[in-house]
Amino acid sequence: MVLDKVNKWFDQLHVLRDIDLSVGAGEVVVVIGPSGSGKSTLCRCINRLETIDSGSICIDGVPLPEEGRELARLRAQVGMVFQAFNLFAHKTVLQNVTLGPVKVLRRPKSVARERAMDLLERVGIADKADRYPAELSGGQQQRAAIARALAMEPKLMLFDEPTSALDPEMIAEVLDVMVGLARDGTTMIVVTHEMGFARSAAQRVAFMDQGRIVEVAAPEQFFSDPETERARDFLSKILAH
Amino acid sequence: MEAVLDNLDFYASGVLSTVTLTVASWAGAFVLGVVVAAFRVGPVGPLRAAAATYVELVRNCPLAVLFVLFFFGLPDAGLTLPTYTTAVVVLSLYTGTYVAETVRSGINAVAAGQAEAARSLGLSFTQVLAGVVLPQALRTVVAPLGSLFIALIRNSSIAFTIGVVELTGTTSQIGNRTADYTAAFLAATTAYLLLTLPSGIAVDALERRVAVKR
Ligand SMILES: Nc1ncnc2c1ncn2[C@@H]1O[C@H](COP(=O)(O)OP(=O)(O)OP(=O)(O)O)[C@@H](O)[C@H]1O
Ligand SMILES: [Mg+2]
Repeated sequence: MVLDKVNKWFDQLHVLRDIDLSVGAGEVVVVIGPSGSGKSTLCRCINRLETIDSGSICIDGVPLPEEGRELARLRAQVGMVFQAFNLFAHKTVLQNVTLGPVKVLRRPKSVARERAMDLLERVGIADKADRYPAELSGGQQQRAAIARALAMEPKLMLFDEPTSALDPEMIAEVLDVMVGLARDGTTMIVVTHEMGFARSAAQRVAFMDQGRIVEVAAPEQFFSDPETERARDFLSKILAH
Repeated sequence: MEAVLDNLDFYASGVLSTVTLTVASWAGAFVLGVVVAAFRVGPVGPLRAAAATYVELVRNCPLAVLFVLFFFGLPDAGLTLPTYTTAVVVLSLYTGTYVAETVRSGINAVAAGQAEAARSLGLSFTQVLAGVVLPQALRTVVAPLGSLFIALIRNSSIAFTIGVVELTGTTSQIGNRTADYTAAFLAATTAYLLLTLPSGIAVDALERRVAVKR
């Protein structure tokens, strides 16, 4: 996936400024940065939940189309995991996971169900398949949401602060799943402040500030000896806690 | 009292006529209302505008005026329908505006993240609406939709003004024949309450059954 000079405004507010970023197949990139720096907006643009004002976003060399059916199809190639889980409240976990494959990929129900059970097994909540989201803990809900995104067999997975709505003991179970995905060669962009995850799973860390990607470095390099003043400043703040 | 007891079979057929008129009109109003609500939240500008215009125009007219307007207006426009069908059309159009607004409020009450998650899976606008947003929206508005249904039972009596012989029309004939309008309409009032009060209880039960846990 390649972003080339992507710009995005919310009215007067310039939220993304000349973003250049390429993520290779199987690569894991962690995006980090202060609140309001545009990390969520970046994810939402890659998934076209927001439109961009200039520049281009290509997946496998194909630019994201503007609107319509074509867009919906390409969107399915990018899986998104939200901070707030956003599981469909009126559907069971299993129905959440099979909805996309059945409606978008037109898989037969039985095939979709079998594959969904494999995925739920993989994220460790196969026993919750017939439960409704409200009956699950936050960590279990987020793992269900990861399974739902994986069920579309996306080329790229986006995670927007997947653990920041979770209690500490649940953070580990979600991060474990994500580390497993990274090991298996899933291409991932992960917005997170979990340095442990960045260190163990990411090839690169991209630091964002005020709508720009200010610095891109290997995790070890970035956390021990960041190049820019802004990154040093930011790290000292999050390490202070 | 005799006026009533001698005419129980007439009352029964009046009640039946009111029930079928209500159910047929509700089916029309519900389908129309959901479609119009979908247009109002949809991405197509002209459909949004048309839906908003329909709702504002029809909802702000007195129902009795609409009945008379359609009763004379449809034949003048070259469309002659049985009176009963005209009544179903008017009641559907009128109640449909309220259903549309109620469903729209339900749609707006569904968390934005639900539609975003559905869009991010690659579902089309229609699939997002039909598969994710509407099922949740409708569950949250069962009670107000139930109130509309009960209002429709009551409003169906206005079909009497264009000559539909439903419960009110039947009662008027009985009153006329027996010259005891008070007794005739006390019985009609009872019959309407026997329709509306249990409907309210049924709506409450339905609401409890379909509630989504959050
Ligand atoms: N829909 C919107 N309309 C207007 N402004 C918005 C919208 N969404 C985000 N913004 C603004 O864009 C900027 C970037 O927001 P964004 O959510 O991308 O930041 P973030 O880096 O994800 O922050 P956080 O760490 O708090 O999640 C912020 O100033 C925010 O107020
Ligand atoms: Mg954010």
